[in-house]
Amino acid sequence: MSEPISIPTAQPPGAWRRLTRNRVAVAAMIILAGIAFVAIFGPSIFPYSPEKVTPHSLHPPSWLPLVAEQAKLDLDHGGAVGRWQHPFGTDMNGRDVFSRVIQGARVSLIVGLCGALVSFFVGTTYGLIAGYVGGRTDNVMMRFIEMLHSVPRLIIVIVAIFTFGPWLEGWLHDAQSSPWLHYIVRPGAEGYAKIMILILCLGLIEWLAMARIVRGQVLALKEQQFVLAARALGQSHTRILLRHLLPNLIGVIVVYLTLTIPAVILDESFLSFLGLGINDPQASWGSLLSDGKNVINPIHSYWWLLLFPAAAMSLTLVALNFLGDALRDALDPRARR
Amino acid sequence: MPTFILRRILALVFVLLVAVTATFCLLRLAPGNPFALNEKQSSPEIIAAQERKFDLDRSIPSQCARYLGVMRNNEGHFSGLLQGNLKSCLKFKDRTVMELISQALPVSAILGVSALLLATTIGVWLGSIAAVRKNTWLDSATMLGALVAISVPTFVTGPALVLVFSLWLGWLPVGGWTGISSLILPAITLAGPFIAYIARLTRTSMLEVLNQDFVRTAHAKGLSEKRVLYKHVLKVGILPVVSFLGPLAANLLTGSLIIESVFSLPGMGGFFVNSVLNRDVFLCCGSVTIYCTLLVGMNLFVDIAYKWLDPRIRLE
Repeated sequence: MSEPISIPTAQPPGAWRRLTRNRVAVAAMIILAGIAFVAIFGPSIFPYSPEKVTPHSLHPPSWLPLVAEQAKLDLDHGGAVGRWQHPFGTDMNGRDVFSRVIQGARVSLIVGLCGALVSFFVGTTYGLIAGYVGGRTDNVMMRFIEMLHSVPRLIIVIVAIFTFGPWLEGWLHDAQSSPWLHYIVRPGAEGYAKIMILILCLGLIEWLAMARIVRGQVLALKEQQFVLAARALGQSHTRILLRHLLPNLIGVIVVYLTLTIPAVILDESFLSFLGLGINDPQASWGSLLSDGKNVINPIHSYWWLLLFPAAAMSLTLVALNFLGDALRDALDPRARR
Repeated sequence: MPTFILRRILALVFVLLVAVTATFCLLRLAPGNPFALNEKQSSPEIIAAQERKFDLDRSIPSQCARYLGVMRNNEGHFSGLLQGNLKSCLKFKDRTVMELISQALPVSAILGVSALLLATTIGVWLGSIAAVRKNTWLDSATMLGALVAISVPTFVTGPALVLVFSLWLGWLPVGGWTGISSLILPAITLAGPFIAYIARLTRTSMLEVLNQDFVRTAHAKGLSEKRVLYKHVLKVGILPVVSFLGPLAANLLTGSLIIESVFSLPGMGGFFVNSVLNRDVFLCCGSVTIYCTLLVGMNLFVDIAYKWLDPRIRLE
């Protein structure tokens, strides 16, 4: 009799097993889960507000055995500091660095995740269309990508953020008093305008690699027989794209999504470091590092302002990149060496 | 070949015009007026007079057309980007954009070129070692280090290096532009992630080449190991690195923004960031022009180098 039809799976069999056998990947996943946990639940566990200004300015981490210096500082400011009160020390304005690093994690991770999603939508749609339609359309669309490659995109995005950020802020402000939009746009929403605009703009510059990869895969896939069969059954092009081609692309898309997140996080912190992204009193890892860099001087090295945000950020980026690499190895056995 | 170069130069002009137009319109649409950002409030007449003087009155498309030099300006002649006139800086009105750029560009260029050289030479070297010693501890250590170096941003490594080498050890200057010694830390910081990236690229492509027939032939001819590697393998294995030089140049350009801020170097990056903050369209568009030209020029150079290294490739 006829053989059972094997349903094409989105990923080669054994991908999960290959991934979990890779010890580095497992470590990266555990680290990322931990960072995500702290970012989500940290603020409700830790008692300090990241924006609370206290008189304890520029305290070193409170668990350090710097008894003499500590006592002097306590005398200066009045009131003793407990051993675990400020585990990462305090910044220039006496704000708790630990809380600020957690707040930074929230901002940076949200921007990274959502920005990568924006790039996923744009890149996948673009690549699917270019690859599936083919011919002259494909040629023109790929030329456009080449053109974008030869423009310093981040530099033009800096200008775009300055144009659209205030617009969005004003719009969100007006929307709160409009008769029906105020159900969606809550008071204080304009505070998130900068984050939204960063997500949009950064997502819109990081999609080129995704589009190229997807297009290449589609070019190869659309010649295969299951696409022909679907056509013969009278399915529409949209349905073929979404139901037949897209599931076969999940593997590469997941890999590039994992690699886009650190790229967007890096871009965001790049802008915030230059003072063009997230501003005080809000915090992101980039703005914290910028604060830390500004107080470096030959007499006092306030190293904790630099070390802790840097460690949090580097750990996240290293873990994400390791995971992306491991995913690529697991999902694409041909690329393995 | 000459037609190819000509076509690419035409493409450069096109890309440049699009990028500058986009920048110009975005910055003019952004809230804030370059003439009204001072602490003291200027009267509307003064702002209007200033705008007229710098051809920034009337609609934004016409401002842009006058800046590009495709429309007569208020004095009745064509004078803009296409005529090579970058106008004057709006913040420091007695300086032209050309003057500012010609001061800042050498600093950025020296930094960029030294980082480019560092990244390619050390990257290719490390990558080749890892490929030849495949699956040894040297290989894994290099690749692990490379992934870490790619992940740690330059504005973390930069201040860290300053902290160690300038503040604690006191070997190198903290920042500023005082000669060759002030170039060492910035160049290393800027090149760091790209050394790692190129090492990874080189390793992958070298491994591919090492398995090809012509390498076996070379070995069979009795060539020494060194000669096979340098003469035969490296020449083909380096191709992906050459094609990465274009994106590398782009990344070095944007990366130098951070480096110049960390090490307080008087380069293009600071001018660009300030020009955006001050809504100084002329300085901003001037910087974008320079950045685009460098980038497209680099891509052209890469294509030609590619052809020279691999004669199988035909330029369209």
